[in-house]
Amino acid sequence: MKILVRNAQLVNGTKTDVLIIDEKIAAIEIGIQDSADLILDVNGALLLPGLVDLHTHLREPGREDSETVLSGSRSAVAGGYTALSAMANTTPVADTAGVVEQVFRLGQEAGLCDVFPIGAVTQDLAGLQLAEIGAMAESIAKVRIFSDDGKCVYDPLVMRRALEYVKSFDGIIAQHAQEPRLTESAQMNEGYVSSLLGLTGWPAIAEEAIIARDILLAEHVKSRLHICHLTTAGGVELVRWAKSRGVQVTAEVTPHHLLLTDEAVIGYDPVFKVNPPLRTNDDVMALRAGLADGTIDIVATDHAPHPTEDKESEWQSAAFGMIGLETALSVVVKSMIETGLMSWSDLVDRMSIAPARIAGYADHGQSIAVGNVANLIVVDPDATWRVDRMMTVSKSKNTPFHGMTLPARIRHTIFRGKLVLNDGEVVGESNA
Amino acid sequence: MQSHLLSISDLSKEEAIQILDTAEELRKISDGPMKKLPTLRGRTVVNLFYEDSTRTRISFESAAKRLSADVINFSAKGSSVSKGESLKDTAQTLQAIGADAVIIRHGASGAAQRLADSGWISASVINAGDGTHEHPTQALLDAFTIRSHFPDFAADFTGLRVAIVGDILHSRVARSNVLLLAKMGASVTLVAPPTLVPVGAEKWPVKISYDLDSILPDIDVVMMLRVQQERMTNFFFPSAREYSRAFGLTNSRLALLQPKTIVMHPGPMNRGLEISAESADSTKSVVLEQVANGVLVRMAVLYTLLGGLPLNAGTERKS
Repeated sequence: MKILVRNAQLVNGTKTDVLIIDEKIAAIEIGIQDSADLILDVNGALLLPGLVDLHTHLREPGREDSETVLSGSRSAVAGGYTALSAMANTTPVADTAGVVEQVFRLGQEAGLCDVFPIGAVTQDLAGLQLAEIGAMAESIAKVRIFSDDGKCVYDPLVMRRALEYVKSFDGIIAQHAQEPRLTESAQMNEGYVSSLLGLTGWPAIAEEAIIARDILLAEHVKSRLHICHLTTAGGVELVRWAKSRGVQVTAEVTPHHLLLTDEAVIGYDPVFKVNPPLRTNDDVMALRAGLADGTIDIVATDHAPHPTEDKESEWQSAAFGMIGLETALSVVVKSMIETGLMSWSDLVDRMSIAPARIAGYADHGQSIAVGNVANLIVVDPDATWRVDRMMTVSKSKNTPFHGMTLPARIRHTIFRGKLVLNDGEVVGESNA
Repeated sequence: MQSHLLSISDLSKEEAIQILDTAEELRKISDGPMKKLPTLRGRTVVNLFYEDSTRTRISFESAAKRLSADVINFSAKGSSVSKGESLKDTAQTLQAIGADAVIIRHGASGAAQRLADSGWISASVINAGDGTHEHPTQALLDAFTIRSHFPDFAADFTGLRVAIVGDILHSRVARSNVLLLAKMGASVTLVAPPTLVPVGAEKWPVKISYDLDSILPDIDVVMMLRVQQERMTNFFFPSAREYSRAFGLTNSRLALLQPKTIVMHPGPMNRGLEISAESADSTKSVVLEQVANGVLVRMAVLYTLLGGLPLNAGTERKS
């Protein structure tokens, strides 16, 4: 298979053609003359490395009514992702080699992007006993990231042991930082808006207390810590401080926390219910500054599909979570590039290069160079589009951006040299 | 005016006063020989109660019946999808039977707004208490009661000093009262242990005090809130006795009040906890007036939202 991408613009401004043969980039130059199987004239659009998500809920096994590995893969390539990291909070929990191998295999069968399973830190996410971390690391899924996401590894001794244990294979513990006692029955950010709405508050310090503790633990045992979905100004400060001390800590922020505030909760529409919750405008500004200066390493979606009935209820009985794969790039463009805080080159770093480096996904987040695996996307930076929840590729509709007009559109996604998104349409499923 | 009453913030000051004035008219009519008005004849009002609240339910029921509406009491237990019928299905059922107004009491904050905004139902929605959010008709009946004792402040509460005492954090009565009293111009002080003042209340249009004794001599209205015994298990205060000593309206505190000061309570009262029996039964207490006024104010709200016949239709027919 040969694909010729004509008239692309690289992130450094270079205009070029790119020839892809089988899995790899074969040539990069102006005016390539070659009899390709497929010629994509992209008319000056941006050619970027495929995006890499370190935080995706695919719901399979267990909740196939909201998403499957296949439907999540489709959603991913529609959003420009060529690699996903499937969170462990499935049913059953991904706490054994059997489950992570199943998810890995389902990803390969779907064949649209790489699906890398994340393993649970503790058995059944209960926080009491370590899951079979070594077996998951040695499985064909070669798990390197472990997380109880959705729940916090709150016991400091369990967290310490987990951090130490994964050192032998350069693993990483991704923490959902939420002090459980300070967030019992919590419904939204604790502050002025929660005081008016009469909803139980989820205080910023419940996140920051765990971040601070885990930074100290990671420093003490010299292990790698990753902070999932950072949401508070205080959390940004803590990570900045940790990095200045040389602690091996990395952090992610979600697109929705870069754009939305707790004022979205006024009206009680559960589509805005998410954990950790939407915070204040001051927090949003601190998160943007932290992402721009590299304190926050990456953007991760926390794509969390839920069926309609789990969101179509009164606020307190609705599920937490939002889908995000298909809107992530556009939301980051809106919050970081249109505001002048970041360049496209920074965006590529935060959404592709840095996440691939943190997770060790060798074929992803690579520069566009001859010989590298062709995980590529074509983005029209000048297009705008209106988000319509009825048009999602994901099985679920719970997008908080419904009705918003967003900048930048993914036109094509190429995964390992195969066209998987063609002009916005998912194509080439091997298991369709 | 909108077709729903979900929060006091739905009302302008003028609309709130209009409701109070309408309730005043209804009082005059009710004092006459014909207690029942034909205003809402043929209209269906549903009391949709997810929480037990006999007082509020019979107040609304009585208000609707005095306006000749047909009243359906719908007691729905179990509020989540997992526990039974969803709010959506219940709402659509009420739509199908032709409800003109739905009065909803629900344990979840925002449930009334969900019902009104979701497109599931076209009826007017009246919030009769949603979780720890609001209870707007309680605030209106409290303002009505205050006004009847301080006639100089009939159209504006500027200069009137009100203390709201107790569990502010969990109180929908407090939230609605703060909004309405501030809108009307009153000076409001919240008095509570710091554990029962919500984070964020420092931005409310109120003063906050932890010292009841220093507040009581200089106020016109003291509004005591019910304290739930179960708050103790979550460390909000160490014991009922300690709470009562610091924040209860005891006999000795009753003596600190000025002669004109009135004592209010939304009920049901915990005698001996937040209010002593003597305080509850003193001449300063207007608790039973609040109950009576509740019917009038709820009649006024139903009348305003459902836009029935002119108020004097019944009296004209009589004469």
